[in-house]
Amino acid sequence: MNLTIFVLALFDGIAYAALVFIVALGLTLIFGVMRILNVAHGSLYAIGAYATVSLTGAFLAMGFAPVFAFPLMLVSAILVGVLLGGPIEWLLLRRIYDKPEVLQLLVTFAVFMILEDVQRLAWGSQPYFQAAALQALGNVTLFGVTYTVYQLILLPAVALTLLLGLRFFLRRTVIGKLILATTEDREAAQSIGIDADKVFLLTFIVGAALAGLGGALASPTTSILPGMGADMIVLSFAVVATAGLGQIEGAALTALLIGLGRSFAVYVWPETAVLVPYLIMVLVLLVRPEGLFGSPAARKI
Amino acid sequence: MDTVSSAARPQAPATGAPGLRLLATLLAVAALGAVPFVAPTMQLLVNLALAKGLAVMGVTVLLRAGQVSFGHALYFAVAAYGGAFLMAAMPGADLLLLLVAGVAGATLAGLLVGLFVVRYRGIFFGMLNLAFSMIFWSILEKFYHITGGADGIRLPRPTVLGMELGRGDFELVLFYLSIALMLGLGWFTIRWFASPMGQLFQTIKTNETRLEYLGVSPRRALLSGYLLSALLCGAGGVIMGVAQGVVTPEYAWWIRSGEMVFIAVLGGSGSVQGAFIGALIYEFVRTYASAFAGDVWQMLLGGFLLVIILFAPRGVIGIVEAIGRRTARSEDTR
Repeated sequence: MNLTIFVLALFDGIAYAALVFIVALGLTLIFGVMRILNVAHGSLYAIGAYATVSLTGAFLAMGFAPVFAFPLMLVSAILVGVLLGGPIEWLLLRRIYDKPEVLQLLVTFAVFMILEDVQRLAWGSQPYFQAAALQALGNVTLFGVTYTVYQLILLPAVALTLLLGLRFFLRRTVIGKLILATTEDREAAQSIGIDADKVFLLTFIVGAALAGLGGALASPTTSILPGMGADMIVLSFAVVATAGLGQIEGAALTALLIGLGRSFAVYVWPETAVLVPYLIMVLVLLVRPEGLFGSPAARKI
Repeated sequence: MDTVSSAARPQAPATGAPGLRLLATLLAVAALGAVPFVAPTMQLLVNLALAKGLAVMGVTVLLRAGQVSFGHALYFAVAAYGGAFLMAAMPGADLLLLLVAGVAGATLAGLLVGLFVVRYRGIFFGMLNLAFSMIFWSILEKFYHITGGADGIRLPRPTVLGMELGRGDFELVLFYLSIALMLGLGWFTIRWFASPMGQLFQTIKTNETRLEYLGVSPRRALLSGYLLSALLCGAGGVIMGVAQGVVTPEYAWWIRSGEMVFIAVLGGSGSVQGAFIGALIYEFVRTYASAFAGDVWQMLLGGFLLVIILFAPRGVIGIVEAIGRRTARSEDTR
């Protein structure tokens, strides 16, 4: 492996990790606060990507400049969060918070099945491709390797902003502190007047919007196909599980670990590229069953 | 907590009429056995349903311990591919050899994966199983020079006890082999639930800590059930592969796993008979509904799954038993 390929793999890994992290962030936030693993998270990611492609296509057709692709990504993410995330929490999840974990998992799995068909009905099964945003930002040459600004600078910057922004939001703002309080102890939080229902709804909308944003940001870099949601939920679960469920900073680190592992595998032994994330997860979980940054849960007897 | 009462509950709760239940089961089996003569057009459909039912029984076993696996299509596929590779290596191999090899392969895979996943419960258990099945699926897709990629590999018709049968005879043999497997493995599973190991296994759902106080390793108890579930899925996979004559990576696809979980919940979580009732209902509805609902099939499944979970958590078996109890009660008061 010469230096050029090394740098290329490094850049690939960083760009990929940034995307996966954004999706995993939503997953781990929802789990951390609500103790629910949202299997439908992958579908929200896919729908975010589809929505961005459709909106961008429509705007370009109307003669707008390609830069408009960026605000449209945000719009798609918010649409996913509010139009899909909101009703899912409000109509379904609210009924099952006191049910066994397995039933909660089945409910989100059912939502996942429904949303997979919704995508197919709305967008068909042919692949979509819309790289206006990628081309609008051009290329940059670093260490002798030319790479797109979008993937090398914008994606990691967004991921970092989200990580720091969420930290700030949770620790320094009133709403964030309400969320943390509800996470810590739902009943105690309610007894001091926090509307836990509203906190859960808000958390789920934010988490779903993050999935949508991940899809929106991924859309210019890949062709959009049915099945991408299933891949993403398993992958982002691998990231989140390797870090420890509910660990936000940890997820950033494991996303990088898994992203780099995968991109180097692409250059060394391409057939195994899909396997590397899971191998990393299995190896970590063998040594630390709670994930790298998770702490063993106290057992209630 | 009602841990004591539910742990001690026998596997046929509160029908009060085990004789009636046995009679109903026997009648249903007899009806199934008559299918090739009464309704030959449905033979293949019922056979596929039976293959699925065997696999669903595997998922059902895990539900008894309160665990759900979104990746049991893995064992289904391991067994089917094992059978196909065996046929490629040994043309004209025997059907029974195929079955034994496939099931052994699935059980071995179950041991390897099981040793890892029994450390987890709930979310992790379900999702790690999903991850393993996705790994196997991508191996099947990527290493196409060995596995035939997305097209899969052919599974030619095996011999039966040294005889080369024609198509019609072979399908008949396969059909009754499936029924025999349903009865044999179904009986074994029910007996296993009642056995000490089976009881320990089910205690994982109600109170795992208590198991540890008894000096029992919950991991070992879960592993034994996990092996049984892999074995059952393997038996279903071999039958399915032989019946269809071709095995594809789709066998390991998450949709297959989801389907199994769906049928297990539809039939009645934790009921052996329910697994087969659910599989038969599922296959019939799917065959006749796919003509006009092919595009929204998964949406229907998902919607139905939500309805069952929210409104009829004990599935078809639960509904039947509730009706049975009501009639029994009205007879008592009469």
